[in-house]
Formats: sequence, structure tokens, C-alpha cells
Amino acid sequence: MAKLFMKGNEAVGEAAVRGGIRFFAGYPITPQSELPEYLSWRLPEVCGTFIQAESEVAAINMVYGAAATGARAMTGSSSPGISLKSEGISYLSAAELPAVIINVQRGGPGLGSIQPAQQDYLQATKAPGHGGFRMMVFAPNSIQEAVDLVYEAPEYADRDRSPVLVLMDGCLGTMMDEVELPPFKELPETICKPWTVGYDGTTRSGHLITPIYPEAGLEGKNKLAVARTKRWEENDVQVEEFMLDDAEWVIVAYGIASRVAKQAILNLRNKGVKVGMIRPITLFPFPKKSIAELDYSQVKGLIDIEMSIPALMREDIELQVLGRAPVYEYGRSGGVLLDDDSTEAAIWKIIEEASSNG
Amino acid sequence: MAEKIYTKPPCLLPLSSGFCPGCLHSLATKLIAESIDELGVAEKVINVLPVGCSTMNSLYWKLDMVTSAHGRAPAVATGVKRCRPDALVFAYQGDGDLASIGLSEVLMAANRGEHITIFFANNSTYGMTGGQMAPTTLIGQKSTTCVFGRDPDTTGFPIRMCELVKELEAPVYVARFALNSPANIRKAKKGIKKAMQNQIDGLGFSFVELLINCPTNWGMSPVQSIAYMEENTMKYFPCKVFVDKTEEEEK
Ligand SMILES: Cc1ncc(C[n+]2csc(CCOP(=O)(O)OP(=O)(O)O)c2C)c(N)n1
Ligand code: SF4
Repeated sequence: MAKLFMKGNEAVGEAAVRGGIRFFAGYPITPQSELPEYLSWRLPEVCGTFIQAESEVAAINMVYGAAATGARAMTGSSSPGISLKSEGISYLSAAELPAVIINVQRGGPGLGSIQPAQQDYLQATKAPGHGGFRMMVFAPNSIQEAVDLVYEAPEYADRDRSPVLVLMDGCLGTMMDEVELPPFKELPETICKPWTVGYDGTTRSGHLITPIYPEAGLEGKNKLAVARTKRWEENDVQVEEFMLDDAEWVIVAYGIASRVAKQAILNLRNKGVKVGMIRPITLFPFPKKSIAELDYSQVKGLIDIEMSIPALMREDIELQVLGRAPVYEYGRSGGVLLDDDSTEAAIWKIIEEASSNG
Repeated sequence: MAEKIYTKPPCLLPLSSGFCPGCLHSLATKLIAESIDELGVAEKVINVLPVGCSTMNSLYWKLDMVTSAHGRAPAVATGVKRCRPDALVFAYQGDGDLASIGLSEVLMAANRGEHITIFFANNSTYGMTGGQMAPTTLIGQKSTTCVFGRDPDTTGFPIRMCELVKELEAPVYVARFALNSPANIRKAKKGIKKAMQNQIDGLGFSFVELLINCPTNWGMSPVQSIAYMEENTMKYFPCKVFVDKTEEEEK
């Protein structure tokens, strides 16, 4: 298939359309604005709906309404806007509505910076809103992978009747690269599903889509959500393991940071240093096994590399290592990018210091 | 044999109401149900519920329904309607829900001219949470967060929503009614029906405000609360049709 040269945000928009997304509501924010810009003309071409909402709050609630009818719905934003959406994401989860959410992360906290960063890991994986719910979180490290994951995201959302998050960053959103676009998915003739609202032409649904339950019912829902999380952990983990066989040092990195780390690893390998990498593709469910089942008689340490200070994934890593090896971190933050040379030097410094202390 | 000349409308379930005795939410609920049945559109309706006492309508209306977050009903209704343009989509919101936390959503949906119908139940208080000050609480009216009465120096003035909405270009129908007397109830019913008919006719955004009471949080008997409405509420919030572009567009 022919390859195209596309900007990340636009490629993600096209992947969504091909994956069946027919409703998008969003609000401008750097560095994701090309996503709503692209969809503003692209969705009408496929009889879909684009709405420039008055705020991220309104956008996520429009998605909530669209999802209630069975339409495949998506919203996108960057970090501060995702905070505003968090109420709506919690409601989507409570009301068991499928939706795809894209976060093209920028520096934080606060208004932060408009440059790329990875500072929303905790928000994405631990508490995307109130009420202790979780959703699947995908973290691509290339435009091609972003396209592939966004294309599949509605399937997961529909399967679980749950919001799904694709966690990108400003680099992936705004850089250009070659991509192969997947084919258009065939969509069912009607958006109506057994649980949606709206007359299907023969029978009235009589359905109530609700984020509020009597307390016993809610406790039951909470328990079902736990069972679902378990299923995710058993069946849906995606991870890339790179040069782990003989690795004495294991980098853990996701998204754009893993691209930089990989180059640093290759450089260090040339110098005879035995480094490898675990790259979570799903941040939730987290690839616990990959870390827990490392050979700790061989591994001398793990290094969490992120475009975030502090490194936010570290606690999840430590929970799997359980003290069997030291865990270090290196990162840049606030919109300052990681680069190959400094990352290689930082890894080398950690290894050297650990060796001289040991 | 006695002839049955009055009964509950079919899209109101045969249950006793959980609204407080004398609360006009339950009358408004019935008027909307009757209108839907008289228009014969029950199966086409998708209702968006707000957060407030009227969330309880999820128990009473026999309709397809979506419960929204506090204040967000017009945004949710927008999403529903854009995906199901064939449906009759309406929301029924209280004054805390619509005029405070949801002010942006309702004004922007009105400004976009969404083809939805909004019913706005104005009881000048936050009923559900126990009678705090609402944006519509009258000057001098007491509430649990203005125990000496609303003071405009620190809390501003009651918001007249119809007067705000009517300034926008897009809405096709903007009207305020009071549910205080049989004559006014009949007028309100007509307005409610018209606001739904507009959607059937594909006309655009309709906004109907209904002045109601909250005897419980006003600390009054139902009868006293009606007198209070007539002496105070209805003087500050004039009942009239502010915008009616339906005639124009029919031409
Ligand atoms: C985000 C959020 N803030 C606050 C509340 C609490 N709350 C529930 S109902 C309500 C006010 C309802 O008042 P109103 O809209 O006037 O409706 P009424 O109950 O008077 O009919 C509030 C503040 C909430 N549910 N969600
Ligand atoms: S609290 Fe007030 S608004 Fe709510 S049901 Fe009771 S009387 Fe009606």
C-alpha cells in the first residue's frame, strides 16, 4: 500500500475516520489543534459530525450524548484540556459509554508550556477523573503506531463500553513522518445497539443511560469494573521488549522517550554495554510481567526514562521489581526534549556510579 | 357506568411522585408527558435529564433518557441530536443546573441554534441540595447560603434567562410561563407543546422557562408558596413570549 507523508495529529484524524469514528467534538489547544482542524472538513465528507465546542467540558459532554446514541465518538485535547474533561470521562465510565479520547501531552502542571512532554502519566493511568475507575491507555511511539492504535481504539471502547485513552505527546502530534493508512472499516447500517437510546424504526428502546445508581447497584458495578481490569491485565497488555536477553541494564520508557532511549541503547551496545528496554504500549494495563519476570541474577538495575521530572512511571516499575534491583530515573521536563547524546550520557553516568558504589 | 375522562398520560408511569407535596416540578413533568402523548411522538423522544430534583424524572417518564452531569444537559443533548436528527431531543433543567454551572452550555447551544428544546424550571433555589442561593434567588429572599436574604451588593441580581437567550440570533422560540393558576398552566402547556412542535418542524432552538415553587426549601405551605410566586417571583420575571420566529419561518 502507498505510504503518505503526514503530520501526526492529521494522521490520527484520518485513522479515526477509517476506524469508524463519526462524531468529534473538541476545542483548540496546542499541540493538538491540527486534529480538530483536520476533522472539521474530513468528517463531513463521510457524513460524520464535527463540532467546535465552547470548551473541553462541553466537548466531552457532547461526546457523552453522541455515545449514548451508539455513534462512534471521539474527542481530543492536550493536558490542561484533559483536566477539564475529567468530569466527563468519569461520567462516561459510570454510564458505560464507549468513547475515544486523545491526549497530545504538553508541559505541566498548570498552563505549563505548549512544548511536548509526558507529564500526564499519573492522570491517565491512576485517576483520569473521580471515583476510582480505570480505562485502557495506549501510548504509541511513532505516527504509524498512533495510527494503528487509534484505528483499533473504538473496538476496545465498544467491547468494554468504556472510554479509551490514547496518550501521545506534542512531538508525535506535530512531527511529520511516512505512514501507511489502514483500510476503511465497514460500519453497521444503524448506529443503534441493544443498549442505546433512540427509536430503531421498529421498537422503542425505553433505555436509560445513567451515571447514577442506587448504592448497592453501584457497588456491584464497582466490582464488575475490577473484574474487567483483571481481564485487561490477562489479555490486553501490549509491550515491546528490546535486547533483553543478555541485558544487565533495563531501560523502561514509553512513547517518544522510548525512541530516544532506543538510539541511546544502540550507541551503548556498540560500546559493549549490555542494555535493553521494556516499552509499555499499553500503560494501563501496565506490562507488569515483563518487569516482574526479568532475571534479577543478571539485571543490575532499571532506568526509567521519561520526558517528565519526576519520572511518573517509577512507582509502577518499583512495584514489580520489589527491591530485587535498584531503580533509577532520567528525564527532561516542562517541554524540554530528550536528545540521544545527553540520554546516552545520562544512562552511562548512572551505570558508572552504580558500578563504583557497588 | 362512570366514564373515565381524565387519566395519567401514557408516557408517565403509574407511580406516585417522589417530589415533595405541592411541588410544581411534578405538574411540569405531567404537562410535558401530556404534550408528548398529544403530539404522538413518544417513541421519537430522547430526554436528557439534569442534576437536581428533576433527575427523579428518570423514574416517572416512560421515555428514552440520558442522565447528564450537572449543567451539561444542553451539550449532551447536542451530541444526541446531531447523531439522531430524527429524534425529538429535549432537556428539563433546574435553575442551579442551567443558570449557574451550566450557563455556558445553554447559551452556546442556543447560539448554535441546536435543534433541541430546553425546559427551564425556575424555582429560585437549589432544591436538591437543600435550599442554597441560586442565580435566580430574588433580592431579599432567604436561603441557606444567604440567611438574611439575598444581598445584591455581594451576590448580584437574579438572572433573567429568557432575556439573555432572546438576545441571541438563532433561537426560534423563547417564552416564560408560570404554573401558578389554571389559566397560566393552560398557557404554559401550549408553550411546551409549541416548543416541541418546533423541533418536529425542523425549526431550531426553543427555550421555555417555567416559574415554579419549592415549598420545602422556601419554608412555606404549597398555598403560601403560590402566593409568594404571584407577589414576588412573577413581578421580577415577567411571563411572556419573547421570541417567536415560527410564524415567519412557516411563510
Ligand atoms: C458538579 C456538581 N456540583 C454540585 C452538585 C450538587 N448538586 C446536585 S443538585 C444541585 C442543584 C440543583 O438545583 P437546581 O438546578 O436549581 O434544581 P432543583 O433541585 O431546584 O430542581 C447541586 C448543586 C453536583 N451534583 N455536581
Ligand atoms: S426540594 Fe423543592 S424542588 Fe425539590 S422536590 Fe421538594 S419542593 Fe420540589
